Amino acid sequence: MNDLLLEIREVTKVFRIGSLLFGTELLAVDHVNLSLDKRKPSILSIVGESGSGKTTLAKTILKLHEPTSGDVLLEGRSVFGRHTGEDTLAYYRAVQPIFQNPFETFSARKHIDSYLYDTAVNLKVAKNRKEAKDIIADALSSVGLDINRVAGKYPNQFSGGELQRVSVARGLIPRPKLIVADEPVSMIDASLRTNIVNMFLSLKEKCDVSFIYITHDLSTAYYVSDYVAIMYRGNVVEYGASDHILTDPIHPYTKQLLDSVPTGGKKWERNLKPPDIELQEYQNKACKFANRCPFVQPVCRLHRPPRVQIPGEREVLCFKPVDYRLDQPTLSQQPGAKYQPTGGNNGSLL
Amino acid sequence: MLRLRDVKAYYETPRAIVKAVDGVTLEVRDNEVLGIAGESGCGKSTLLRVLYDSIDPPLKLIAGNVEAEMKNGDGKTISIGPGEIRKHWWRYISYIPQGSMSVLNPVVRIEKQFFDAISKKHQATDKQQVRDRIASYLKELKLPVAVLHSYPHQLSGGMRQRILVALGTFLHPQIVLADEPTTALDVVIQKSILLLLAQLQEQMRNSLVIVSHDIGVHYQIAHRIGIMYNGKLVEIGPTETVFRDPLHPYTQMLIQSLPHVGDHKRREGIRGRPPSLIDPPPGCRFAARCPFVMDLCREKMPSPLEVAPDHFVACYLHRESIQTRKGLG
Repeated sequence: MNDLLLEIREVTKVFRIGSLLFGTELLAVDHVNLSLDKRKPSILSIVGESGSGKTTLAKTILKLHEPTSGDVLLEGRSVFGRHTGEDTLAYYRAVQPIFQNPFETFSARKHIDSYLYDTAVNLKVAKNRKEAKDIIADALSSVGLDINRVAGKYPNQFSGGELQRVSVARGLIPRPKLIVADEPVSMIDASLRTNIVNMFLSLKEKCDVSFIYITHDLSTAYYVSDYVAIMYRGNVVEYGASDHILTDPIHPYTKQLLDSVPTGGKKWERNLKPPDIELQEYQNKACKFANRCPFVQPVCRLHRPPRVQIPGEREVLCFKPVDYRLDQPTLSQQPGAKYQPTGGNNGSLL
Repeated sequence: MLRLRDVKAYYETPRAIVKAVDGVTLEVRDNEVLGIAGESGCGKSTLLRVLYDSIDPPLKLIAGNVEAEMKNGDGKTISIGPGEIRKHWWRYISYIPQGSMSVLNPVVRIEKQFFDAISKKHQATDKQQVRDRIASYLKELKLPVAVLHSYPHQLSGGMRQRILVALGTFLHPQIVLADEPTTALDVVIQKSILLLLAQLQEQMRNSLVIVSHDIGVHYQIAHRIGIMYNGKLVEIGPTETVFRDPLHPYTQMLIQSLPHVGDHKRREGIRGRPPSLIDPPPGCRFAARCPFVMDLCREKMPSPLEVAPDHFVACYLHRESIQTRKGLG
């Protein structure tokens, strides 16, 4: 598929906890398939609770982890495997990160603009600092900051929102195609959050950058994203166009998440099933949400749920849409089965 | 009941004085859930420390009056002031802190921590009796009794927070203070903790003060909501009224800036940043970011006015509406 910017293909990541002999294995990311279109920049939100594997997935995309199995492809080329230094450089020019805590991203003892110059020089965007200055000024102005405001300053002279802007500007220096933002607004005050997500929207339009926006906040995810993937215990349980998923959820977990967002709209009904012990859920080979699901059937506890294609750009990992039948002809029913995006011509997902 | 009158609590350090709470008048009523909202650094946690009488250097109570009315054993109401309130911790007033990981002792089992906190304040001398009561109380909160023999790291964040709620409410205090009780938790667990707190308040008919930066949380469980900005309480009123008809420009912008699922309307954040608490401006603290700013706003801090029944706001924009109403009446 040549029209994909990024393709995450059956990515699985297993962590070992404890010693070699007595440890247990934790399936942090479990056969995840996601993709981003190359033709038009878009924002894909990965939403999940802490421990759902969303950060592990982000680190895999950023090449900070190697997946246990599966592959990540950038414009059709595998990100892992044998690579020359130039390949790595090209990769980091195309894919840039933004991290969660802007106060930890920058060292308190370094001038904040030194990070910008380092990025420009290390990624060979500029030959020297003089050349870098124009590129940096340009990147800063696209996030609404002036280079003179930043030059020679330390991180404690900025608010969290401004630091996060600098962080985004740093990511923009190599003119990337994709920015992976891991919880970029969770440490920022409510009144400034909207400014940051608005900036993502305008960068998508103006600079042709796609975003993978990782968050636990459904309201900003709905606000910015074109596509949403809901993760639960390493599985993507629902994936598709954000308008469909967040206004008309199919997977019971997505419904529960949406019901739990404290908003100024409807008041909560006052009953809720508290979640079970977590580790058991990770190790569960069948549906991991079964213990908390109000629609659970015996089959959910025994078999891995099928990945069901729903008309209107979405897929759900659940038995409920197929009436709890096991024999549903789905390509990716068995883990390890090769996932094929459902054709390029008939309303394909992404 | 707890009353604060024009309280000023500053952090005095050798380098600077941080005016974290700068003239706050507030009443925590019996049988209510009071929400305190505000951004980080607005002084809301410091306000809670004042309410809890946990005023230790460098924090100092500079001015104002803190008064608590508590019922003693005979049902008589006695009133006590700062320095006295802390003698009644756990029994009369309790505190549920944020960050359950750093609050519980990592090398002590949960049961021992319960005993350490509670046994001194608890009349029962029989250890087994206390143990049984703790176990039955945990069951009431839908916690497995096995957690008593666990160490904190063996439990999930949600469970640890439930244990802190259990600990804070075990002696049925008349006032429960909760500082960002759900910040580090996921939305599903956050909801269960908040509903637990609300349910316990309904059962005990006491006062619950909950501090959170997330105004959605307040909408869901608070009866009254107070909005803090830069060390000042700028607006306080019944939650429904404040959400339907916010009066202070800061409250209005804060509510408008938040996106909702199902609504693609373009939202705008608030430009600029709050002034420093070390050297705050003389007038309204929000003046520099306020779209309706007048000359008067920069000169003198407006004092809170009751614009609608029980709905107070500290803003000059609403002074006229009061005067016209008085003139008509």
